[in-house]
Amino acid sequence: MRYVALFIILLLFWLLITFSLTIENVIVGAVAALLTTALFGKFFRHNLIKFLQPQRYFWALVYLFVFTWECVKANFDVAYRVIHPAMPIKPGIVRVKLNLKTEIGKTILANSITMTPGTISVDLIDDELYVHWIYVSSMDPEVYSQKIAGRFENYIKKIFE
Amino acid sequence: MNLAETISLILIIIGVLFNLFGAIGLVRLPDVYNRLQSATKCVTLGTCSILLSLLIRFGFIDIGVKALIAIPILFFASTVGAHALARGAYKNGIELGGKSVKDDYKEVES
Amino acid sequence: MSDWLQILLYIQIGLVVFCLIRVIKGPTVADRMVGIDIFGVLVVGICAILAIQTGKTFIIDIGIAWIILSFIGTLTLAKYLSGKNLNE
Repeated sequence: MRYVALFIILLLFWLLITFSLTIENVIVGAVAALLTTALFGKFFRHNLIKFLQPQRYFWALVYLFVFTWECVKANFDVAYRVIHPAMPIKPGIVRVKLNLKTEIGKTILANSITMTPGTISVDLIDDELYVHWIYVSSMDPEVYSQKIAGRFENYIKKIFE
Repeated sequence: MNLAETISLILIIIGVLFNLFGAIGLVRLPDVYNRLQSATKCVTLGTCSILLSLLIRFGFIDIGVKALIAIPILFFASTVGAHALARGAYKNGIELGGKSVKDDYKEVES
Repeated sequence: MSDWLQILLYIQIGLVVFCLIRVIKGPTVADRMVGIDIFGVLVVGICAILAIQTGKTFIIDIGIAWIILSFIGTLTLAKYLSGKNLNE
């Protein structure tokens, strides 16, 4: 069942990326998707029931808008720090505690943190994410955990858990 | 010049500007991690903006849809690449720059 | 429209020079790798502007392939960097 789902996703992706519906193209895509499924199918561990719940898609859409807004803000922030003559930076690596359980949720959260204001995720050990921050504005773990991860955690919990 | 062309031109100008900021940051900032910050964020958003302008200019035909698919690929490739580079640089023993104020990761390494 | 696009294309190509400065100057290996990584993303931008200028579809395919290859290259180099100490 899991293999079939992966095969369909891969085939759809191939058809979108080549964007033609001739019979040769579909055959080549099917062979490529079959090979990929046979080789990497065992790494695809997503719970299939979650694909069929519509409220997850709704929250994913909301999250997309929130994330785009944060991302644009982040870019203006970094651009300001770069072109300011004195370069107001105060970098450091901080430890952030996560409340998420699933692997995919942690992955998406780490990716989102990399794209938001002045933070790059460096390493993930169990429940703790190490984040490089370009401007460490407070030394209190509670405050900066809320500032870095708190904005996204609720949405990601609704989407993936 | 109609509306779609104007919007796409504005999006390209924004994208090239952000790319410019990212490239300046790549040269100006003091150490690897800060360079990675400016480079990844600004350049990725700028290129995403240029690709989005392609969709607005041509609409939902093959070239626009391909540009739309390139955006998530570029997004995940750039974030995962930045994460791998930061981790590799730290494991390689490159210290944080002189201005740094805090380093929690050091305890894990030793 | 096309004059503007031409100017923007030249600016975008000129940005590659910044990356090359970082690649040549970079005090450590990681600095050079950041330069190469960003070079790849800038080339995708060049591909997109060329595609909008000429209206040909295959240029975007080149861009997508370039993203994926540059991603694999970055991951390989980062893995190598974390395994051994290349500075000595």
